[in-house]
Formats: sequence, structure tokens, C-alpha cells
Amino acid sequence: MLAKIHVTLKDGVLDTQGKAVHHALNDLGYEEVQGVNLGKYVEVQLDGLSQAEAEDRVREMCQKLLANPVIESYRFTLDSQE
Amino acid sequence: MKCGIVVFPGSNCDRDSFHILKEILGLETEWIWHKENSLKKFDLIVLPGGFSYGDYLRPGAIAKFSPIMKSIMEYAENGGKLLGICNGFQILLECGLLPGVLMRNISHAFICDTVPVRLENDQTPFTSNSSKGSVLKLPIAHADGRYFADENTLKELEDNDQVVLRYCDSSGMVASENNPNGSLTNIAGIVNKSKTICGMMPHPERQADPAWPNVDGQVIFRSLIQSS
Amino acid sequence: MPLPPSPLVNIDNIESLGLTLPEFERIQHLLGRNPNWTELGIFSVMWSEHCSYKSSKVHLKNLPTEGPRVVQGPGENAGVVDIGDGKVAVFKIESHNHPSFVEPFQGAATGVGGILRDIFTMGARPIALLNSLRFGDPEEPRTRYLLRGVVNGISSYGNCVGVPNVGGEINFDFCYDNNNLVNVFCLGVADKDRIFLGNASGVGNSVLYVGSKTGRDGIHGASLLASSEFDETTEAKRPTVQVGDPFTEKLLIEACLEAMEHDWIVGIQDMGAAGLTSSSFEMADRSGTGVELDLSKVPMRETGMTPFEILLSESQERMLFVIEKGHEEEAKKIFEKWDLDAVVIGQVTDTGVMRMTMEGEEVVNLPIHAVVESAPQLVRPTKKPNYIEAVDTLNLNIIPDLERGEGILKLLLKSLNIADKSWAYKQYDHMVGINTLVMPGSDAAVIRVKETNKALAISVDCNSRYCHLNPFRGAQIAVAECFRNIACSGGVPIGLTNCLNFGNPEKPEIMWQFEQAVLGIGNVCNYFSVPVVSGNVSLYNETKGKSIYPTPVVAAVGLLEDQTKHCTQWFKNPGDHIALLGLTLEEIGGTDYLENYLDLCQGSVPALDIKYERMLHQLCVELIQNDLIQSAHDCSEGGLAVAIAESCFSGPNQTLGATIELKSSIRNDALMFGESQSRIVISYSPDKKEVIEERVNNAGIDFSSLGIVGGNDLTVQLNDKEFIKEKISTLEEAWREPLKRYGG
Repeated sequence: MLAKIHVTLKDGVLDTQGKAVHHALNDLGYEEVQGVNLGKYVEVQLDGLSQAEAEDRVREMCQKLLANPVIESYRFTLDSQE
Repeated sequence: MKCGIVVFPGSNCDRDSFHILKEILGLETEWIWHKENSLKKFDLIVLPGGFSYGDYLRPGAIAKFSPIMKSIMEYAENGGKLLGICNGFQILLECGLLPGVLMRNISHAFICDTVPVRLENDQTPFTSNSSKGSVLKLPIAHADGRYFADENTLKELEDNDQVVLRYCDSSGMVASENNPNGSLTNIAGIVNKSKTICGMMPHPERQADPAWPNVDGQVIFRSLIQSS
Repeated sequence: MPLPPSPLVNIDNIESLGLTLPEFERIQHLLGRNPNWTELGIFSVMWSEHCSYKSSKVHLKNLPTEGPRVVQGPGENAGVVDIGDGKVAVFKIESHNHPSFVEPFQGAATGVGGILRDIFTMGARPIALLNSLRFGDPEEPRTRYLLRGVVNGISSYGNCVGVPNVGGEINFDFCYDNNNLVNVFCLGVADKDRIFLGNASGVGNSVLYVGSKTGRDGIHGASLLASSEFDETTEAKRPTVQVGDPFTEKLLIEACLEAMEHDWIVGIQDMGAAGLTSSSFEMADRSGTGVELDLSKVPMRETGMTPFEILLSESQERMLFVIEKGHEEEAKKIFEKWDLDAVVIGQVTDTGVMRMTMEGEEVVNLPIHAVVESAPQLVRPTKKPNYIEAVDTLNLNIIPDLERGEGILKLLLKSLNIADKSWAYKQYDHMVGINTLVMPGSDAAVIRVKETNKALAISVDCNSRYCHLNPFRGAQIAVAECFRNIACSGGVPIGLTNCLNFGNPEKPEIMWQFEQAVLGIGNVCNYFSVPVVSGNVSLYNETKGKSIYPTPVVAAVGLLEDQTKHCTQWFKNPGDHIALLGLTLEEIGGTDYLENYLDLCQGSVPALDIKYERMLHQLCVELIQNDLIQSAHDCSEGGLAVAIAESCFSGPNQTLGATIELKSSIRNDALMFGESQSRIVISYSPDKKEVIEERVNNAGIDFSSLGIVGGNDLTVQLNDKEFIKEKISTLEEAWREPLKRYGG
């Protein structure tokens, strides 16, 4: 199973990198760009877990290590692989 | 006073702290390897600067799970004195021993410079050898030093006098123009409620050897000696 | 599992590996048979320009490499020079030009990683880095991208490993369009009796692989990229550039230095360019031994790697050790402590043969000496380029002299080549290790040597415009200026390392530049009795037939017997006197003044009298050692006016004005902006005036009193007429802002 995890800054926390990319895109002529959020994307390979177990374990991984709950939120999907 | 310096993989200011504590101040000082599971008796433990675990994921995030950290948490809970410098500060925040978080500098760039900081509280074991309002010139060297906390946490920090250092100008004035990294209210260093744990972005160990004319960093270590 | 079939060895394939037909015939002759595909790959990297120095070796013999302090000269990972008290300085400079053009961040980062490994493989703890960076026309959009990528790459790698980056140079010129230069220098210190070399001696001893796993990255990277010209396909070579992991490097430094406390280490070498191939062949060749390796045991990051790929991979942060038999477990324990892979992959034999197997099958069987030492040594033709005569003349009569100097002074201070470089070095941790006595921003950085009273001054220099106009004198001046920077900091040069960046050596004009530059370096080093102990040659810095200016970058290490007797370039106290040591001639050829004001790169390069230069350095060091002067600043690019202005505002703590009065019969522009060599601007307390003048007189050096430190302006009176009057804060801003604005 493959967990695809997105870690992003919580609303209200200044995303300086997102801001810089936003400016850069506007400078390149993409004036339609209204906002940019930068985050992390993590893939975790899992073995021998049921869907429900995997969900619990991945949530725990996010809370414990992958995201900093003070400023970051996370969301993930689980893909079963052949 | 017996000091211990924790060596994480990727620590790179560990030898500098050791040099100051042992060679310059003549204190009994030992290394603490991150894979150890128990601690000897120490009067001060330093979490040094550097890039523990390469700063991969987030600075300090992986060091938090080093075997030694369990004993260090116990040591801290029992009132042991703990000083986190730069990456050490980041680790203390990731562990929850201090509140808040250190984010990427507002410039996005790593900054190495010597900057003035104002001492905000002289009633802690880390600052008692100086007086409130005095200005120290201390080096900073970090990419992730922008202190951030939510409103409630910040209010609590202020109410309890937990901010110990703030970036300022050479006269001691705290203003946004002399905030090198975008830290909330120019915060450069804080302590916990009981004032036994201190984290700071400036490197006092880099400004404490008399081979340089400025030894402002000695204030922190002399305070610790005085209060031990 | 059987190995996948290798490509057939034929003419087309030979060329795809960068070998020529005569080289292939030489290989057939040496072996008495056709090499297999893997063996051919080994020859292609070992005989590449990068590894074999086939075009340059014949000229490098002209450099002085010996001296009473030399512990190890060229030919090892780095040079070693005795500094007394049982300590040695270990240093080298190396280029990472081509990888940094293809991918600036990783190219520069891995350049830092490579030079660090060259130093700690010798048993030395790295204590300082310098870098010399050259980029194309700042108006070209790609230049800014390259600058930011390179600075960011150096900063991210150096900061993480915890070795301070204490200075260097950043230069822009259109000649580096499409061929930027990234030269990185590292200095380490070791105990004299604990130096380690790349040896594989002792039959039966174990070959130990340590560090990161081997992947497909960088296959034929540095060695091939650096051995041919750039063209449109270069961009497509991007995947061959390696990715650096400074965290693993930091672990490697600590683990290697810990292992080196033991006596069972026979030899060690970095797996750098040409990876496992060059390290294993070179180590065995130095000891005259043979080696047997089982490639299946090499830790691999990817599955299905072929012997060819394993041998040619340039994956970073890997080391090859030879360990005394019976101590393998002790060694492994140390590396395990630092979470590093350490695997015995073979043994030393007495056969003189490199025999490699994979899954039990023999894949390589080559005579080691033949591979390492039989690379063709070329005596490439040389020819003085036609342009030299044309650029050597400059008719001063068509250039009107200046009436006022403020405008030109500001123009020069604002030019990116002279402007403040703190935008870059503030992104480098230049203090970690607490040894940096003189921080970046002065003529040379000064690094203390712990456990002694000594310090080392280091500087890296080259003015490539001079080298373009006159390669011999340009190279002489590069060395002279480097030594002068060290003298201004209080040091005496004891060793030099060079990084020779040139165009395509197959062109006789380029080889002539190369030959002249090497002779120029040798000439000054010989006169100063400073040995060249290490170095690097980077050729083919050429895109679509357009070469860079000859750029022989030199870095020197100077010794300060007393670390407290160091000096910086900036004025210290209002009221101090300012003077010039040395003589200003009517020379404006090749200056920044001509380039920036009139867009001219022309004229005779300033004259250099090496005897006078050495006397000047001795005097400067004597004045510093006797605490007679407050500041000393080399007078070079931008001339006297720029040197004085920089002395006013380049200090970390304060900005001071100056009032200057001069009388002279030469042109105003030559006096203020000319770049005559062998000049140093000093400042001193008025009560030291007499003793200084006496010492200057005894030394036979020219002395002109210039003026007094203080006030809010820089004012210059020439022959009783006001030439410059400007607020010092205005000049400082002109100097501080440009690179910050450009890079930021």
C-alpha cells in the first residue's frame, strides 16, 4: 500500500515561500495567479496493513513526525498497489 | 558544575561549546552520545547547534526521537538546566519542552552575522550575570530562525516573562528594522515557565573566547556558573 | 543471475566514451587483446583529460613543488605543508565548473563536498573553505539564476557540514557566458605524524568501501563533462550530475577522523571523479600492488547495476580504505556507530593486476600500471594568439584625463566586481569552529590553529582580464596579489595551490595561454620560495568555439607565528594617518576604470617587479608584527581611490571618512584609478609616524603620506585642486547595494 501524504502550512501562518513563488509567477506574466501555497509531499510504502489500520498508523506518523502540529496540517490518501 | 554536550549526527557546534565550557571556562565537561539510553548526573546539558539529521524533514524533527532524548526529557522534567543553541533550540521546540516553532527566515536565506540582542529578563539562571536592558553582540547563523507562536502562547510568554533575548539595534531599541529573520516581536531566545530550560538562536559559544575582543557570549555561561 | 550483455566494442562506441582511435590502438597494444566493454569504460575515464592531465602535465613540470616545509607535494588528494609545533596545513583547490553550469545548486554543493573529502582523507580536519566564482554578463537572465544557484549550493553544503566558508571572489565578465567557473578551496590541519595517503600496500590487506550507496548518478559525470566542449546537448546531460548529501559527508568526516586514530589504516582515498575506478587503480599503482574486488559486494542504491555502471558511478560521499588484515570488524564498528555502510569488497594482491568479479564472473582483468601511467602524454602545439598584439597598445592621448573623480569612483564602487560581497558570504556560516580571527571582507581571512599560538591566512585570487591581455604577467600578478593579501593580514606565504581554468587545449592559442600562465605562476613562486603543493586543471571551458579568458586561479596559505599579530583592511580610529607603501606609475591598461568607464579591455598589464614586491611584503609584515599599523589594504582593482574608500567603510563596526592630499606629476586617472602593482594603503596612529618612516626607509620602499582618517566625507585634493568630495555614506551605499540587489 502507498500512503500519499501532503503537509501544508495551516491557514494564517505566513507562507513566505508561497509568497515568493506567487510573485515570481506574476512576474512571468501569469497574472491570473491569486495565491500559492507551498508544502511537502511524502510517499510512504506500507506492508501488511488493512485499510483501517493503515489509516490509523499514517495519521500517527503525521502527528508524531511528518507534520509539525503547531504550524502544519496534513492530509493523505491510501492507494492499494498491485 | 558538570556539563554535558549532546552529540547528534549532524551536530556541528558541539566542539565549539565543548571548547568554551572546558578550555575557556575550565568546567568539567563531557560528551553525551545520542544513542545512549541513560544520563549521568549533570548540572547543565547543552543541545548544540548544527544540522542534526541533516535538518531533513524539519530542523530538530528527527533528533526528537534519538534514544537519549527520553532521558533528557526526564532530566528536564526534574528541573535540570537545559540550554538549546540554534539547532538545539529547534529540537527543544519540536520536543515541546519550549512553546512555539522556528520557521524559515523571512529572506529564505541562511544568515550568518553578528547582531545586537537585548537582554529582557535577568531573573533566570541563564542571564543573571547581566542586567535587564543590556545589549549583547552575538553571532547568528541559521536558515530557520523565525520564531512563531499563536497569540495565546505569545501572551503567556510575555505574561510569564519568558522572553530572554530580543533582536535590537546597538542602542537596545527593538524595532522591525533590526529583526534579522522576521521573528515574532523580535524574539531571539526564550525560557520555559520555571526558567530551567532556555533556547536561543544566537550562538553565545562563538563570542566567548578571549582570542576575540568581544566576549559577550560569556554572560550566558557565567550566569549558569553563578546560579549553580 | 547472469549479467546483461555488454555493448560490443567497436569504433562508434569508442568515440561515445570519449576515446580516440589512436588511444584505442594503444589500449589493444598494451593488453595484447581487445578490452571488453567494462575495461574500455575504465580506460575512458582514467585517460580522460580530467584524470590523466594529458594536455597539461608537460607544462606543470615547470612549477616548483619542493621546499623545506613540504610534507606532501602534488599527486595525492591534497598538498601538505609543515607549520611547526607538530602540525601541518593540508590544502587544495578544485574546479566544479561544468557540473555547476549544468545544475548550479548541486554542481556547486558537490564541488564543496569533493574538496572537503580531499582534505579529510589526508587525516586533516577541514577548518576553512574559500571559493572563487566567475559568471557571465550580469545582464544575461541566466547569470542571475546561476549565481543564486551556486551561492545557495555552497551555502547549503558548507553550512551543514560545519566547515566555515571564510571568503573568496565573485567576478562577472561576458567571457564566462555559458562557462561559469566554480573553484573551491579547502584548508585542513592535521598532526604531522598522522598523515594518511592513498596507498594500497600489504598483500592480504582488506579493501573497505565506506559511505553512501552507489547509484547511477554521475556516470561519466565530472570526468567526461570536463573533457570536452559544451554544445546544445549539454542541457540533456543534466541527469549525469550528482546530488550531494552534506549530512552523510559530516558523518563521514567524523567517522574517518575517528578511524584514523588507529594504526590499522593503510591507505584511504575519496571516490571522486571516476569513482571506484580511479580510487582503486591509483591506490594500487602508488604501492605497486594488485587488487581483487568483488563488485557484487558494493552497496548499491538501485538494482540491476552493471559492472560498467558500478565502476563509473560518481555517487557522492564514498571512500575507499585499505585496512590491515584482521582489523575489519574494528573498522566496521566505528562506521556503524556513525550509521555508515562499510563493506569489505576485496583484497590487496601482489600481482600488479586489477581483477574484478561480479556474481563470480570475471569482468575486469587489467595491468594497473599500464592503465594509470600509460595515458598518452601530449605535447600539444602552442601558438601566440593574434589578438595579443592588438590589445597590447593603448594610446593615452585619445583618453582625456579626469577633472573630477566622484563619478568614476561611484561607478567603480557600484560595479559588481568591486562592490561588497557580503550578500554572498553572509549566507555562508563563516564562524563555525570558532577559529575565524579575520572574517570575510578583508584582504585575506585569518584562521587560528588551535593548540598552538599560530594562525593561517588564506586568500584566492586571479584577474582574468590581465591574463587575457598578457597570460604570463597576469598569472604573475595573480600570485603576487594573493601573497600581498596575505602580507596585509600579517602572514608569510608557505604554500600555494592552483586551479587552471582554460579553453580547449586542442587549439594552439589556448595551449600557449596555458603555457605562459604556468610559467608566470612558477616565476613568482620560485622567487618567493613558495612551493605549489596541489592543484587542478580545468580545460574545455569553451562553448560553441568561444573560450573563457585564461583564468589561473591561485590560493595561498600564509603563516602567522603569533595569531594576535593579524591585521585587517579597514581604518580604525579618527585622527590616524593614512599612507601609501609603494609607487604609482602612469598605468591604466587593463584596469577596471577602462572597462567600466570606456568599455575597453586593452593596454599593457601593470608592470610587476617581483623583487620590490617581496620587499614590500616583508615590510608590511614587519609593521604588523611590531604593532605599528592599524590597517593594511592591498591596492588593486579600482586603484588607490577604491582602496581608500574600502578602508573607510568595509569594517564591521563603523564607517569613517578620510581627507587626502596628494601631489603628483602623473595623470589624475592613473594616480587615482590606475592599478600599479606592489602598493598597500596603511593607517597608523600619529605617534608611530617616525618609527614607521624609518623602517620604510630602511626597507627601500617608497612612502607617500596620503592624509588623515575622520569626518563624514571622503575628500581628495590633487595638486591643490579638489578632485573628490563626497559623503562617505553615499559612497558606502553605492558599494553595499549592488550585489544585494542583483542577487537578492
